Amino acid sequence: MNLRRDVFQAIADPTRRAILLLVASQTMTAGSIASNFDTARPTVSKHLQILIECDLLTQEQNGREIYYHFNPVKMKEVADFIEPFRKMWDERFNKLESIMKVYKFKK
Amino acid sequence: MEQKTKITAESGKQEVVITREFELPVELLFKAHIESDIVEKWMGTKVLQLDGKKQGGYQFETTNPEGQVVFKANGVIHDFAANRKITRTFEMENTPFGVQLEFYEFEELSADTSKLHMHVLFESVEQRDQVLQIGFSWGLNMAHDRLQDVVKKLK
Repeated sequence: MNLRRDVFQAIADPTRRAILLLVASQTMTAGSIASNFDTARPTVSKHLQILIECDLLTQEQNGREIYYHFNPVKMKEVADFIEPFRKMWDERFNKLESIMKVYKFKK
Repeated sequence: MEQKTKITAESGKQEVVITREFELPVELLFKAHIESDIVEKWMGTKVLQLDGKKQGGYQFETTNPEGQVVFKANGVIHDFAANRKITRTFEMENTPFGVQLEFYEFEELSADTSKLHMHVLFESVEQRDQVLQIGFSWGLNMAHDRLQDVVKKLK
């Protein structure tokens, strides 16, 4: 249903939070990130992919290596603890509005 | 992007104000709050009972695909003025969130636009903060706090 992954679901995973912590302190390659975990490399890659999909990490090609950057702007959005609550209501109200617009049309 | 739904929750207070403008006549905005089948659609819950009148009440229930009840809420309607105001209580059953007192004010802005003003009072500051953090209840731990610190430094 959602094309973009849910950012809150992304940070609910402990491995992904650990990855964010690592990359927040310095830009790293996938290899150096993976070397911090016992997890298999493809598993780490999958986690990186999810973090990129929800904009918590960005990629930068540098020669043969891909470097991963932490995106503080996105993280700040998450850090604002009221935001999920606001979004919940915003989505409900968007739905209400579109339902009633159709309702009006039908009358 | 402009945020249509605005939330005010001052720290240390036991209230929340939610406002939202709609491209709908106030009559339709009000209707969306009192007709069971419409409420079901936008709230995403089943409405077992909804008696929109003074001293009326309501009951919501949501079940998962396995048929288990995952959300149950109810309340009584204290005041009811068509297209203007609903005062009601709201309680999520089997949660520590307590009872909320909710004031819904419906305002006509023009023939085709309206505004909803929701003023929600909680029993305590703690309960309000817990409810505000519902979206955050995915088991975040220390790592998250540390991340917040990092973000603060980057600000």
